[in-house]
Amino acid sequence: MISIQNVEKNFTLHNQGTAVITVMSDANVEVTPGECVALSGASGAGKSTLMRMIYGNYLTQSGSIRVDGVEVVGANPRDVLDLRRTTLGYVSQFLRVVPRVPTLDVVAEPLLALGEDEGAARNKAATLLARLNIPERLWSLSPTTFSGGEQQRVNIARGFVHPYRALLLDEPTASLDAQNRETVMCLIEEAKARGAAIVGIFHDESARDRVCDRVPDVTSFLPKGDA
Amino acid sequence: MTLQKSSEEFFTEFSENSAPRPLFRVANIEKRYGQRIGCTGVNFDLYPGEVMGIVGESGSGKSTLLNCLAGHLEPDQGEVLFDTRDAGLVDTVTMAEPERRMLSRTDWAFVHQHARDGLRMSVSAGGNVGERLMAVGARHYGQIRDEAIDWLGRVEINETRIDDRPSAFSGGMQQRLQIARNLVTGPRLVFMDEPTGGLDVSVQARLLDLLRGLVRQMGLSAIIVTHDLAVVRLLADRLMVMKDGHVVETGLTDQVLDDPQHAYTQLLVSSVLQV
Repeated sequence: MISIQNVEKNFTLHNQGTAVITVMSDANVEVTPGECVALSGASGAGKSTLMRMIYGNYLTQSGSIRVDGVEVVGANPRDVLDLRRTTLGYVSQFLRVVPRVPTLDVVAEPLLALGEDEGAARNKAATLLARLNIPERLWSLSPTTFSGGEQQRVNIARGFVHPYRALLLDEPTASLDAQNRETVMCLIEEAKARGAAIVGIFHDESARDRVCDRVPDVTSFLPKGDA
Repeated sequence: MTLQKSSEEFFTEFSENSAPRPLFRVANIEKRYGQRIGCTGVNFDLYPGEVMGIVGESGSGKSTLLNCLAGHLEPDQGEVLFDTRDAGLVDTVTMAEPERRMLSRTDWAFVHQHARDGLRMSVSAGGNVGERLMAVGARHYGQIRDEAIDWLGRVEINETRIDDRPSAFSGGMQQRLQIARNLVTGPRLVFMDEPTGGLDVSVQARLLDLLRGLVRQMGLSAIIVTHDLAVVRLLADRLMVMKDGHVVETGLTDQVLDDPQHAYTQLLVSSVLQV
């Protein structure tokens, strides 16, 4: 479902003497449907970079990244947007939304973008927000004023509201209490059960042990000599 | 409104078509002011439902480009093709003037930075919205007024203000009225020149939310010129970065902002306080 082959990534810093920094070379990861793979490695080893390359907001210099058969490397924007709308979900650590939009609409938005009926989309969003213990009195408010943990749960709801067949999770349990963490674990297990392929970053070891099938170390993708 | 319905029907047909074709195709556009380059070598395709942002600093040629695309300026070179309802892709640069005027009243819309450039300040709010309807042949007063009320509501202007002149409106309301006036005829392509410029931050947010909703509901395609990277992050699917009349980088909006490749884009992104 997600196939990463011989991938190389470098950054060219034009405003710092055109320094070219190679941060990854010969990266290979395969994720099959129903599988959850946790990227591991020290901070700065390139876990988030690899996730962003899969999502397409980082360019990949060479190699191949396929999601559900769609080649992301060198793809035109339309194809990446289409992939994100239908197939590839991303729960980032940061919530980025239009200010003043109610939380319920923020969560329902991925469904509306797919053309789902507004009522049905809001119902699904409401169900998920309730499961994640966001009090109903907050649903009509913008999440920009929420606490960190609440924002993260809104982000998670947005990422799970549509049954994406490929999911990227960047520390989905980072600032959650035990009860909400349990809910997120269940959401991940349900996604796996319906056949979603998941790539995640989990610093929470017990969460990682519970839901992840493999833990490739991205340190091995560092350019030789740097590792 | 008959015109709007036909636009919806058009889009249903369009989305059922398995191989979508571009709504708008720009090929090798160049505009010079004497020896000086306004913009040059601009090429892109825009597909139905897509929103493209054009960013760059003042003098980068982005407004010149937008005006060439929208038919306000005649480019010295190049083609601006639009997928017309009856004849398919047609070059709007060489199109007869009456045809182009018709296009700009029906399938195209232009939202100016300063609402007063896009509104008739001496005509009531309802009149401003109704005028565009009459320009495409609506004659029934009651229907025009109903449609105007509907659109004022959509842009969150209370219908009690329908007989007020825009000069009595705040800047944010004027901008929303301009949007209503532009979208009432169900256009398929909207050009926007700094649509949130000059508005205070809370008004900007409301306008962004409104625009996003309208783009989604109406299946609009849009080209937005702005220097505000936060605005394109939230509104645009794709981004084009201009400097000195040249396109220096294009791509998916979050890719260009998160992993800029060109020296100028890197400078632009790193200069912003927070995107």
